Amino acid sequence: MNIYVLMKRTFDTEEKITLDNGAINVDGAEFIINPYDEYAIEEAIRLKEAHGGEITVVTVGGEDCEKELRTALAMGADKAALINIEDDIEVTDQFTTAQLLFEYMQDKEYDIILGGNVAIDGGSGQVGPRLAELLDIPQVTTITKLEIDGETVTIERDVEGDVEIIETSLPLLVTAQQGLNDPRYPSLPGIMKAKKKPLDEYEIDDLDVDEDDVEPKTKTLEVFLPAARGAGKVLEGETEDQVKELVSLLRTEAKVI
Amino acid sequence: MARKVLVLGEVREGSLRNVSFEALAAAKTISEGGEVVAALLGDAVSSLTNEMISYGADRVITVEDEKLKTYTTDGYKQAFMQVFESEKPEAIVMGHTAMGKDLSPRIAAKLASGLISDVTSIEEVGSEMVFTRPIYSGKAFEKKVVSDKLMFVTIRPNNIAPLEQDSSRTGDVSSISAEIKDLRTIVKEVVRKATDGVDLSEAKVIIAGGRGVKSTEGFEPLKELADVLGGAVGASRGACDADYCDYSLQIGQTGKVVTPDLYIACGISGAIQHLAGMSNSKVIVAINKDPEANIFNVADYGIVGDLFDVVPLLTKEFQNVLQNS
Repeated sequence: MNIYVLMKRTFDTEEKITLDNGAINVDGAEFIINPYDEYAIEEAIRLKEAHGGEITVVTVGGEDCEKELRTALAMGADKAALINIEDDIEVTDQFTTAQLLFEYMQDKEYDIILGGNVAIDGGSGQVGPRLAELLDIPQVTTITKLEIDGETVTIERDVEGDVEIIETSLPLLVTAQQGLNDPRYPSLPGIMKAKKKPLDEYEIDDLDVDEDDVEPKTKTLEVFLPAARGAGKVLEGETEDQVKELVSLLRTEAKVI
Repeated sequence: MARKVLVLGEVREGSLRNVSFEALAAAKTISEGGEVVAALLGDAVSSLTNEMISYGADRVITVEDEKLKTYTTDGYKQAFMQVFESEKPEAIVMGHTAMGKDLSPRIAAKLASGLISDVTSIEEVGSEMVFTRPIYSGKAFEKKVVSDKLMFVTIRPNNIAPLEQDSSRTGDVSSISAEIKDLRTIVKEVVRKATDGVDLSEAKVIIAGGRGVKSTEGFEPLKELADVLGGAVGASRGACDADYCDYSLQIGQTGKVVTPDLYIACGISGAIQHLAGMSNSKVIVAINKDPEANIFNVADYGIVGDLFDVVPLLTKEFQNVLQNS
């Protein structure tokens, strides 16, 4: 089975966000594999364990992404591909990223493509479905269970808390939701092996892409932090009195009830 | 610049979701005096057209087909594209819901267009339509514009106020006969799990539990309070990891990002990942035994105490007050 995983390098979830000159300050920040993409990588490894095959992890970004790609290789992926746009493309949006992934995937043979359902930084959730459309294959987003039996694929999908049971077939693109699995930690032998696994780098010339063809369709004007929330009123007195006061405040002061 | 805006209405169990009316209000702003056309897709949606008009649609187009009874990416894409082709709108608005999130990028790719998703507010600045959306799960925000012809956005439920309903409004209703073929995904079954149909992303009131609820049963008093307030129950990652509840309830940087009018955090310490998912709620109440808990730093009102004492009292007090009002 030819398995591809779309991966993104994101800020660690514990990072506080600060601004530097109107942009997110990346200095000294810890980066990780986007948590939802970790579920995708883990699921890919389980598919390979059950059905055999090869896993390639793909990312679009700069040189820095090598660390996270190596982590994916240490978890159990076989190959990694970095579409390195560092020198060529300054500004991207989801149109750009999906188009680049499409150019990369076009001549590949694949049975299934997995990705996270959303990246915790940009939060758009667009790249997976966009790629599925460009490749003209079916997609199932926010999946929590995946079973492949010959030609038939049975999927459970989280739809705002309800579960949809879906039947489809390969080739297919799926995006992972929390609850799909528990991603493994890279083992020490895994980390050693990962150093020798192939990590191919592509620039946009290698993909036969012209900068103008992938020019973003949206533009960010400004990034800002939400207004700081000051600590409010901690109520005092007997519990019964606090509860009465709270309900009264919610009705008269906050006017939310 | 007056624009024709196409809005996709969202139907669940025979009723229009509130986000459809919010999308109409967003479309009105984007249209700058142009026309707001609503599309309704499904197997029986004609009875809902007047409601869309009363909330601001100038015209409604229905596509009815048995194959559209349940949402599928292929079916809805084909139906929506038929409406798009016949209308050639300059802008599209959908809800940033499970359906919108699945469908909108697919259509954006088909149209080779941009898409600004998860928009929380829209403003006209000079000659530009500026869209604000959260990034880093609400730890920051960005303002975006479309640099292409088609203005395509999805809006986060519960952030853009719908227009006041006006039942005297009138508008044309027409239908397009669909040609829906080759559905490559089939929905075999839908298992209902969401709390009494109140979806977290649309809930005006959320009662959330953390590790402090101690067990699955510990969520019961929270559910009772949610019932009284017509709200939904959510959870922190701690509660989900401890198996007290399903991951579908999780609020946070991984999990759902919510913006209710009232968020009551019960036994939640307030890890930065959880705050990312809820700190943009309009009013936050924290109930926690630990006076040092981080959640008190973002709460508008706090009660230091055991949630198992406080929450049932709150339920009773709300019951009293709501009955007498």
